[in-house]
Amino acid sequence: MSAGTTTSDAGPLAELTGDMPAEAEEPTRWAVLRRSGTFWSGTTIIGFWALAAIFGPRVVPWDPYATDLLHELAPPSAVHWFGTDQLGRDIFSRVIVGSRDILTIAPLATLLGTIVGTTLGLAGGYLGGLVDTLLGRIIEVLISLPLIIVALLALVALGLSSVTVVIVIGLVFAPLIARTVRAAVLGERALDYVAAAELRGESALAIMFIEIMPNVMGPILVETTVRLGYAIFTVASLSFLGFGIQPPSPDWGLAIAENYGVIAGGYWWTVAFDAAATASLVVGVNLFADGLHEALAA
Amino acid sequence: MNAALSIEGLEVAYRARGREQRVLGGVSFTIPPGGSYGLVGESGCGKSTLALAALGILPRAGRITAGNIRIAGEDLLALDAGALRRLRARQVSMVFQEPARALNPTLTIGRQMAETYEILGVPRAEGEAHAAAMLGRVHIAAASRVMASYPHQLSGGQQQRVLIAMALAKEPALLVLDEPTSGLDATVEAEVLDVIATLRRELGTALLLISHNLGVVERMCERVGVLYAGMLVEEGPTEALFADPRHPYTHGLLRCLPAAGRRKAQGRLETIPGFLPAPGRRITGCVFAKRCRLADARCHKEAPLARDVGEHGGGHFSLCHYAERVADLSRETSVEPSPASDSPAPAKTELEIENLSKTYVTGGAHVRALSGVSIVLGTGETLGLVGESGSGKTTLARLLLGLTAPDAGGSIRLDGTRLEGAASGRSQAARKALQIVFQNPDSALNRAHTVRYLISRALGRLGGFRGVRREQRLRELLAAVRLEPQYLDRRPRQLSGGLKQRVAIARAFAGEPRIVVCDEPTSALDVSVQAAILNLLAELQRERRTSYVFISHDLGVVRYLADRIAVLYLGRLMEFGPAERVFRGPHHPYTEALLSAVPALRAEHARIRLAGEIPSPVDPPSGCVFHTRCPRKLGRICEREEPPLERMADHAIRCHIPRAELPAA
Amino acid sequence: MRSGWGAWFARRISLSLLTLFLLSLVVFAGGQLLPGNVGRTILGPLADARAVAALNHQLGVDRPAIVQYLGWIGGLLHGNMGESLEFRSPVAPFIGAALVKSLKLAAVAFMIVVPLSIGGGVVAALKAGTAIDRTISLAGLSLTIIPEFVSSIVVILLFGIWLRILPISASWPEGAGPLDQLRHLIPPAIPLVVIQFGYIARMARAGTIEALEADYTRTAILKGLPRALVVQRHVLRNALLPTITVIATQTAYLVGGLVVVETLFRYQGIGSLILTAARGKDFPMLEGGILTVGAVYIGATLIADALAVLVNPRLAPEMTG
Repeated sequence: MSAGTTTSDAGPLAELTGDMPAEAEEPTRWAVLRRSGTFWSGTTIIGFWALAAIFGPRVVPWDPYATDLLHELAPPSAVHWFGTDQLGRDIFSRVIVGSRDILTIAPLATLLGTIVGTTLGLAGGYLGGLVDTLLGRIIEVLISLPLIIVALLALVALGLSSVTVVIVIGLVFAPLIARTVRAAVLGERALDYVAAAELRGESALAIMFIEIMPNVMGPILVETTVRLGYAIFTVASLSFLGFGIQPPSPDWGLAIAENYGVIAGGYWWTVAFDAAATASLVVGVNLFADGLHEALAA
Repeated sequence: MNAALSIEGLEVAYRARGREQRVLGGVSFTIPPGGSYGLVGESGCGKSTLALAALGILPRAGRITAGNIRIAGEDLLALDAGALRRLRARQVSMVFQEPARALNPTLTIGRQMAETYEILGVPRAEGEAHAAAMLGRVHIAAASRVMASYPHQLSGGQQQRVLIAMALAKEPALLVLDEPTSGLDATVEAEVLDVIATLRRELGTALLLISHNLGVVERMCERVGVLYAGMLVEEGPTEALFADPRHPYTHGLLRCLPAAGRRKAQGRLETIPGFLPAPGRRITGCVFAKRCRLADARCHKEAPLARDVGEHGGGHFSLCHYAERVADLSRETSVEPSPASDSPAPAKTELEIENLSKTYVTGGAHVRALSGVSIVLGTGETLGLVGESGSGKTTLARLLLGLTAPDAGGSIRLDGTRLEGAASGRSQAARKALQIVFQNPDSALNRAHTVRYLISRALGRLGGFRGVRREQRLRELLAAVRLEPQYLDRRPRQLSGGLKQRVAIARAFAGEPRIVVCDEPTSALDVSVQAAILNLLAELQRERRTSYVFISHDLGVVRYLADRIAVLYLGRLMEFGPAERVFRGPHHPYTEALLSAVPALRAEHARIRLAGEIPSPVDPPSGCVFHTRCPRKLGRICEREEPPLERMADHAIRCHIPRAELPAA
Repeated sequence: MRSGWGAWFARRISLSLLTLFLLSLVVFAGGQLLPGNVGRTILGPLADARAVAALNHQLGVDRPAIVQYLGWIGGLLHGNMGESLEFRSPVAPFIGAALVKSLKLAAVAFMIVVPLSIGGGVVAALKAGTAIDRTISLAGLSLTIIPEFVSSIVVILLFGIWLRILPISASWPEGAGPLDQLRHLIPPAIPLVVIQFGYIARMARAGTIEALEADYTRTAILKGLPRALVVQRHVLRNALLPTITVIATQTAYLVGGLVVVETLFRYQGIGSLILTAARGKDFPMLEGGILTVGAVYIGATLIADALAVLVNPRLAPEMTG
């Protein structure tokens, strides 16, 4: 609208681009990712636990479910590296295998949330109007409640099961992911390529999924990895509270819930390793997400 | 007395993607006390970096690798933090391109101005009085109201004036201006430049003015330096340099402007072929050799040294082996001026807009963005839409395309057939007849897709082409917009600005449109690239008889391309007629102000200045909307009655002043 | 100016009420509709069908949903949040007492985390790229995602069991003074601080870095102002505005953490109240607790928005007319 658009200099860093074909642009994101220490630490940690989840049951020294009442609460030793719990089960074996359930439930919940959330975000951001207003209100209500509490309410109402956990976390994540996607879509919506597509008579679906979606994949990807971290966080917390993964699973949160009553007696090993495992996994996912975020912002 | 600024052998590098890239490669020049120096160059030449480096405020990634800088005799690089602060407090100021970003949004104007005095130890009350006086000198009327305001409550022009007042408050030895008016409307720009020129003379402040606009620099500066790829390729007295350029790059820059009333019928504009070298790339020989028509083997091998080439003294330096031959370049391509016809040959009417209005409702307020506009456009003609912020030119374009629906009562007819308001309601045939080239190709091209996809998709949707036939049309279209097939598999960000705009043009022409709306299609591009795009648009029009609706704030560009011109102000059509007659006059006082505001090279119009800011479209003035700024206002009638759009032959003017008296300015 | 503010508050408050209304629908759906047969849920699968029907009738859950909702909402408006199924007495006093306790704990956590994280973020930004920055950023990034039950375990093991300098239960003895109460509140506050720190510090760091590179900061530097003044008046003023809103939105996460932390440290706050109600399927207690938590959050964002508007002139409502 104004003459104010006569910029030929966006700022000093624009001097680095200027009017020239930037041929070597493509690999820089990968270059940033390759050199990112956070990204690789995250990948290594996630990789370790993924391998543990897949091959753990075959390689651990003890049966993680086998109780041994003669050796309950044994401290770490050469035989039981991380000691044993109140039922005499080998903690090392349980910690290694304990990543299984959480690494199934959390990614599934995240996937569900991402698919539903992306669709809602695209629709809200592009179509606007009623869809958008409705979405905005739902988000407003959902963020006014802590995730754990929403999950508790839904789990009590619908009954405990892993499927419910996946659905509840997925559906609670969906509007949150939709909010991020919507913000990105609103930015894209203002760009002229969308108007150009409308002037070609493209359908709304084509504009949303062919034109806009490829340009918001970056934020979607980052949001998904960040959400994965929170999904693990939430599943672990729910399990700890008794509303998530159920016994006799060697799940970490569950193990801490079962044993924290005895730590005052000095049996620290019954919870310490499970706590460390949980921390390492969520931190790993967070590092991975942060590395990705930095690379995509480059 | 020490030079206000002296720069010697300045080299600056940025760290980007883990590599140091040299942005400035040994720049030297001097500004005497009270002197004015203009630095011109296209994007990426390093001019902003130079300004920031000269004041010691490079961004974190930047570093001065060689050279030295003296401000008012003090060696900037040798000063400790305290001495540097004292130097800044008294001797230098800078005004940035975007005033909205240069003012702290959370402090009042008065508070921010007071800081300048505070640091000099002036008592508070006295500082405030000084600040108010300073605001008066930059033509801000209600100084006390402005001082109590926050930045966002002021218009862009007011913000920039505040920054100028703030910058000059300490009566510095040197004022650096980085594109100070690029974000402002033409009439506002003209007044701001006047303010700078007057105050500078009164205070004896030296000026370093950085601009991509050669006209601005010519008006404001005694000496000019031309920066290309981080090198000062030519510098000299303004008049000598513009009249008799001694570097092929300067010569090209000056020649590719569609200045001096040049028209598309008079032939192509000159261009500078090729691209700027990538920063950080070591170039043996002359930096411009690759794009230079004078270049020979020596230029590619041996870097030229700056030498004095002036015939009239005064220090005219050129960084060219063959500076003496630059003048020959003009002779090769000079064009015969052919007499331009007064009215374009009567063409068949393609587009007929009648009584078109658009009202937006925002926050309960009704904003009349466009009010009762009627315009006709013939086949193969260009309609130039001219006007400043809030004029409604972009709204008109969006209505035409159906991106927004107009108010009831108006109509748009294409070839006699009435069009639906919204594009979604129009037939595919109507949609494909009206296409657009947007201002900014970065926004207009989907960065996720390849050039092949971008154009093919348009060919498929708009042209209905499939398979082999589509592939064939793709090749033809590429050839028509002069794009090499090698670019087909690239994505937009791997292309230069000019190439991207060619892709956008190819896409607009995919369905063989009858009318193409060009919304400032070259204003995001450098002048050397602009010329090539204008040539292409003119050529496509000649070959295909396509009509253009061409929006631009640059009257030189409009004049080159347009057959008819519509001047809009606050959503009203103020003047409409054949291009030559609108330019020659008699014209509407607003048109006259617009014409005289353009700091074009060798201006042909007397300068008249408009007072005040463009009124808000939310609350437009009564009567004639222009009366608040009109230098030729008659009296009460202008405030009460909206003048009718008076037609005389095909030239219409909306003004109470009788046609016969209009020329007597 | 006053009319602008009045209109702004009216609009903002009606928006909050709308959210509260939608929230009540969600809570009602979760607490009374979804469980289906409430009587069966409470009495268990072995109970006699007639007993279940009788209980349903007694609880009023055999009425149409809309009648139930109106009854519930009507009660709420009169301060009646229903009767606990477990304690057979009104839930409001339970919730009130628990809320006070939780607010105490939250206040301690906020008082530690706000200065710590803003300070950390600003220092990291001012020293961007140095080892200090990397340490703060990495710590923030890692700590912010560690579940409270994990950090609580660390706190209990470290301070309560090995070093024995802090109590492992947050419940103070009857008649304890404010200082003693504070000593008991510090251990549960630490996990909450840990989780909030990273997020707030990150926002503060990003805002500061952006403000440091802004043109208005350059303008200020070129005025010759001392660096401390540039940072305090120009950089921080702009950098910390968005942080206000962030801190308010963190309330929700904080309360989520309370459920875990209060359980671990045996503290009778609203978090453990909700968990106990969930475990005991005490739906009226659960609904009341959750609605209270949501209302607290909505109130907090309302205050934060008003605060943001007050300190940020760009957001100030324009005068109309």
